[in-house]
Amino acid sequence: MKIFIKNATIVNSDKTIQSNILIDGENIAKITDEILEADEVIDATGKFVVPGLIDMHVHFRDPGYEYKDDINSGSEAAVAGGVTTALPMANTNPVNDNAVITRDMIAKAKARGLIDLLPIGAITKKLGGEGITEMGDMTQAGAVAFSDDGLPVSSSDVMRAALEYSNHFGSFVISHCEDCSMCRTGVMHEGKVSAILGLKGMPREKEEIMVSRDMLLAKLTGGHIHIAHVSSAWSLKMIEMAKKEGINVTCEATPHHFTFTDENLMSYDTNFKMSPPLREVSDKEAVRNALKSGLVDVIATDHAPHLDDEKFVEFDKAPFGIIGLQTLVPLSLKLVEEGVISLERMVELTSTNPARILKLNNKGRIKEGYLADIAIIDPNLEYIYDAKLNKSKSINSPLFGKKLKGAAVMTIKSGKIVWNFPNLLI
Amino acid sequence: MSYKHKDLLGTRELSRDEILFFLDSAKEFKNLNNQSIKKSDNLRGKTVINAFFENSTRTRISFETAAKRLGADAINFSAAQSSTKKGETLIDTIRNMEAMKTDIFVVRHECSGSAEFIAKNTDASIVNGGDGLNEHPTQALLDLFTIRENKGKFEGLNVAIIGDIEHSRVARSNIWAMHKLGINVRLFAPPMMMPHRVEVFECEVAKTMEEALDGVDVIMMLRIQLERQGGAVAFPSGREYSKFFGLNKNRVKLANPNPLIFHPGPINRGVEINSDVADGEHSFVLNQVENGVAVRMAVLDILNKNRG
Repeated sequence: MKIFIKNATIVNSDKTIQSNILIDGENIAKITDEILEADEVIDATGKFVVPGLIDMHVHFRDPGYEYKDDINSGSEAAVAGGVTTALPMANTNPVNDNAVITRDMIAKAKARGLIDLLPIGAITKKLGGEGITEMGDMTQAGAVAFSDDGLPVSSSDVMRAALEYSNHFGSFVISHCEDCSMCRTGVMHEGKVSAILGLKGMPREKEEIMVSRDMLLAKLTGGHIHIAHVSSAWSLKMIEMAKKEGINVTCEATPHHFTFTDENLMSYDTNFKMSPPLREVSDKEAVRNALKSGLVDVIATDHAPHLDDEKFVEFDKAPFGIIGLQTLVPLSLKLVEEGVISLERMVELTSTNPARILKLNNKGRIKEGYLADIAIIDPNLEYIYDAKLNKSKSINSPLFGKKLKGAAVMTIKSGKIVWNFPNLLI
Repeated sequence: MSYKHKDLLGTRELSRDEILFFLDSAKEFKNLNNQSIKKSDNLRGKTVINAFFENSTRTRISFETAAKRLGADAINFSAAQSSTKKGETLIDTIRNMEAMKTDIFVVRHECSGSAEFIAKNTDASIVNGGDGLNEHPTQALLDLFTIRENKGKFEGLNVAIIGDIEHSRVARSNIWAMHKLGINVRLFAPPMMMPHRVEVFECEVAKTMEEALDGVDVIMMLRIQLERQGGAVAFPSGREYSKFFGLNKNRVKLANPNPLIFHPGPINRGVEINSDVADGEHSFVLNQVENGVAVRMAVLDILNKNRG
């Protein structure tokens, strides 16, 4: 099967060119000014053709919580958002803390055939914070990194072992930085808004203390630590310092942390409840500046589906998290539109850098010989993000039912068209 | 002036004139409460449910008394003996009770924002009877009623709010309302009981009990809300609290002559406030309770009229 994409504005992290692309089988066969024969011809006039997005932080809830999302619905939501590779976290039930679960997750995703699913294994057995998992066996099975995510490892000694051991197998640790001894039933950022609303706050320092610890442990071990969903200005300062010191650290920011602030919680809307919480304008600006400066390596969604019923409760009782796969492109494009980052930098953050960090040598670029994982993005398409478009089983997004601009109108995975925006002929 | 809204969720949204409208209306009901037959027909045939998802004695009885004196059928709901214990959601519980043609719910809940959450999802009127750390508007109104009754004015008065401000919905509702009435509010608390960004309340913040009490007309002592502190570092001891943050006879002398001493109850005697002060000549704790009924009658009456 050959696909020919003509009149493409091809955006790579280093440059943007006007050209045509021939896909032959699974790979990008040719980037050319010529017009070539193919089984299917796509006219991409006015669209951006970018490497398939790689989301390093999602929750597909499979196994165990399939009513929120499963690997099938998660895969569908991914490709509808232009994402062709996704890394689901290990907080499933049973926990992805052994090679059997890892293999099963990969097999399910392969059977659906929409994305490459690269599981993140648990750092500790059953996310219990104590004994570390069989990281070697899990790496062989296909786990690409290790994280206890929402149940951060509180023992510095366990975290040290995790960094050393994962590094031995060429892998790394993803840290949800949170000093849980300071939790005190916090449900939002501790600041002016929490004071006004009478909601228990979570101080920035709860995150920053752990970032600081993890930087030091990475220094000690030489292991690679990836800081998930950075939300505070001081966390970024410490990451910057660590990077300057040559410590092996990378980090990610989420679209919600560079788009919203705690002010959005004034109506107690549980769709703005997330962990780490939405912080203040100064933190949002720090994240945006770090995206601009190159300090942040990756944009990841932390796609966290929860059933509507679970969010339709008292604010204190609602679970943390929102879905994000299908709003990744419009929110990232908004950064471009607002002049915070360039289009090339957006590609770097959403595809090239994740591929580099994950050592995926045939992804993250539109390049001859690379895998034909491609998202075709219409930056000007305006639409309502509603039930007709949503592919997740959950709707827990503050953007649900809202008008958005910019979308992946076609997604190609390994040379196969896996997503077409409804009612669009491109 | 009048009040035209379906619900009373907090004082933060109330205007100065709306506050005064509630207080003026409460004055009439206080007169009624002082008669031998304390009954009106204003809510005859109406159903008021006290939906209390959190324990309470005085607020529930106060609302129940208010509703009954207005002629309503007042029903008490307690979460401890309800289907919420079987896992029913808050909104399902409320909607079931609403289906029984309830006109007004008085809601008390441990979670901030829950009264607003219910108000958005029901056609019945909602009175916030205290939600989490957020607001307790009728407590603020009864405090203001008691202040006006005894000081004859609001403008220029100095009020000290002392104690566990971080966990106090009473403090929040009073602060929002008092600012609108021209009252100067001073705050004092142990550091771990003071909101992290206290400047948002635009109040003076005292450093010592002596500074807090200097020249004030009203001393509002708050209860230590241990049950709301979510495992926070506990205060070292009641003895230590009493020594540095408690109210005693000598400290009362620092205030202006004839200060009003308030406490929303229940009192931790000997900790927040010594018994000789709690029961002394300047204590208005029981006046607060008395005025609470009148204020709540006014609130129920006004919301009922708004329902048409």
